Amino acid sequence: MSTAAVKTTAVKATAPKLKTSAMIASFADPGQKTASAPFGHALVKAAQENDRIVGLTADLGKYTDMHIFAQAFPERFFQMGMAEQLLFGAAAGFAETGLVPFASTYSVFAARRAYDFLCLDSAEPNLNVNIVGGLPGLTTGYGPSHQATEDMAIFRGMPNLTIVDPCDSIDIEQAVPQLAASEGPTYLRLLRGNVPTVLDEYGYTFELGKAKVLRGGNDVVFISSGLMTMRALQAAKALAAHNVDVAVVHAPTIKPFDAATVLAELNTDRLAVTLENHSVIGGLFETVASAVVTAGLGKRVVPVALPDEFLDAGALPTLHERYGLSVQRIVAKVLAELG
Amino acid sequence: MVLTQETTSLSKSPEGSGERLGRVAAAAYRIRHHALNMGEVQGQGYVGQALGAADMLAAVYADQLRFRADDPHWVERDRFLLSTGHYAIGHYAALAEAGVIPVQELETYGSDDSRLPMSGMSTYTPGMEISGGSLGHGLTIAVGMALGLRHQGSTARVYNFLSDGELDEGSTWEAAMGAHHHQLGNLTAMVDINALQADGKTDTVLRTEPVTEKWEAFGWYTQRVDGNNMADVLHAFDNAAAQAAAVGRPSVILCDTKVGRGVPLLEDREKAHFMRIEEHEWQLCREQLTAGYEGKATR
Repeated sequence: MSTAAVKTTAVKATAPKLKTSAMIASFADPGQKTASAPFGHALVKAAQENDRIVGLTADLGKYTDMHIFAQAFPERFFQMGMAEQLLFGAAAGFAETGLVPFASTYSVFAARRAYDFLCLDSAEPNLNVNIVGGLPGLTTGYGPSHQATEDMAIFRGMPNLTIVDPCDSIDIEQAVPQLAASEGPTYLRLLRGNVPTVLDEYGYTFELGKAKVLRGGNDVVFISSGLMTMRALQAAKALAAHNVDVAVVHAPTIKPFDAATVLAELNTDRLAVTLENHSVIGGLFETVASAVVTAGLGKRVVPVALPDEFLDAGALPTLHERYGLSVQRIVAKVLAELG
Repeated sequence: MVLTQETTSLSKSPEGSGERLGRVAAAAYRIRHHALNMGEVQGQGYVGQALGAADMLAAVYADQLRFRADDPHWVERDRFLLSTGHYAIGHYAALAEAGVIPVQELETYGSDDSRLPMSGMSTYTPGMEISGGSLGHGLTIAVGMALGLRHQGSTARVYNFLSDGELDEGSTWEAAMGAHHHQLGNLTAMVDINALQADGKTDTVLRTEPVTEKWEAFGWYTQRVDGNNMADVLHAFDNAAAQAAAVGRPSVILCDTKVGRGVPLLEDREKAHFMRIEEHEWQLCREQLTAGYEGKATR
């Protein structure tokens, strides 16, 4: 490094800077009810009832809550090393012998690095391989190497693949046994660590392939998935203070998509907004948009989504505010749309 | 270890070996003959590779593999994974030789609605365990299969056929590490080293040698043989079988082969991924193959 470069660095170091939070930052609000490692515990429970379930990871067991399963079933856990092509090729091999693998890594590595192995080894023969992807969308401040902002865009084109974008611990707990029971490969956008518990207040149950109306509202209808359903519900409450009545439809299964439920909600004069923790390209917004166009609804849909950009590194609250995923930004956008 | 040409138990064994060798060599001859017929129907195809690998495939299907021809999904079967999807022409010929698919069906190779597509797919063909073709996948799947079978207490073995071109793929080496790490003594890889890949000779495309030392360094029980010398191939399989265990070193048999082997006209032709064969040459190829085989058989 040249002297000039060192000086530049030193100057930068003294300037105020954003703090990048931990690799796995919690997006739970202070004081919010959470559940610890819901995926790991759900997989253990499912495995107690189904002895064909096995767990695999690519050197990220501790970071995908797979370690909970590994502790409970050490003989059914297989460490594949930092080798994602091997991870998913081997997962297909396990499934070929009749076992039901759950294989975890970060979403970026599953979607970007191992696509060919998932596509040809699991999806084409329609094997029961369950991909568990950590850090979906913008759930880490580590920058583009770890932020899977386009994972659904990549995966939606894969035939036979079921894609689930859960909101909270309830979704994850209820989804895991259904993913294990469903034929064919699945992709779970994992939320890990202390995961908010949100949907218990809405009389909700997760059903694979189904969207659910969480609350009704006369002025606006939100169609949301993943952690953005939590934000959608919070924004709906905030908008009530502005006399705006908002319905929220949670669509955790992105593929196959429950177009019937969503279109029934969109076929009104209400302002329609999609909310997703994903790029505006290729995720929930475009899934909804294609359903609307296919049905000939002629309905305008406003996206709340990440921009088609490589995102900044930084602290998650800062980044969610910057890129429009915060409750405050959602409320502002809806009010602007309503004029 | 590296086997030398003369160390074969078959040549030294006084009893039984001659019959065994003859039986497997006859299977290799028929596999080659089938491959030529299939190539003629298509007017193209990976005939050169099939001829080169016929001895390896015959050793597997006529001597090594535990399977039931009438029950391709028999749960206790050994698994043979063709990673190199375009070698399907040779694999179909071997499956016909093994009685898994009818010989007559081979003429549908590569045709619309055939169960025998140009690149092997598990969803199309009985006895085809995986969909190969995207190279570097087979050994990763084999690792999972070997782990899964062992986990369930199965004594079935897993064989993965791959080509030297697939040694370019990083995933092959991920799997090689994984197999050694997990001590998959129930896994045998067989590498067809014909020193040729799509864009030319392997040493001009991406040099993979020294191949033997690489596999040894990855912890595998490594043998390198003349893959067109049936006695050597069988001896290597015997050594691998003697090593096989639920927990132990995975085994690799590196087979140096010659594209077009068994048909002098093709052995001497300029080597190419797609070998050019004129319409009038197919019968000549078959005659040369048969003459060579009968000449050897009567020697």
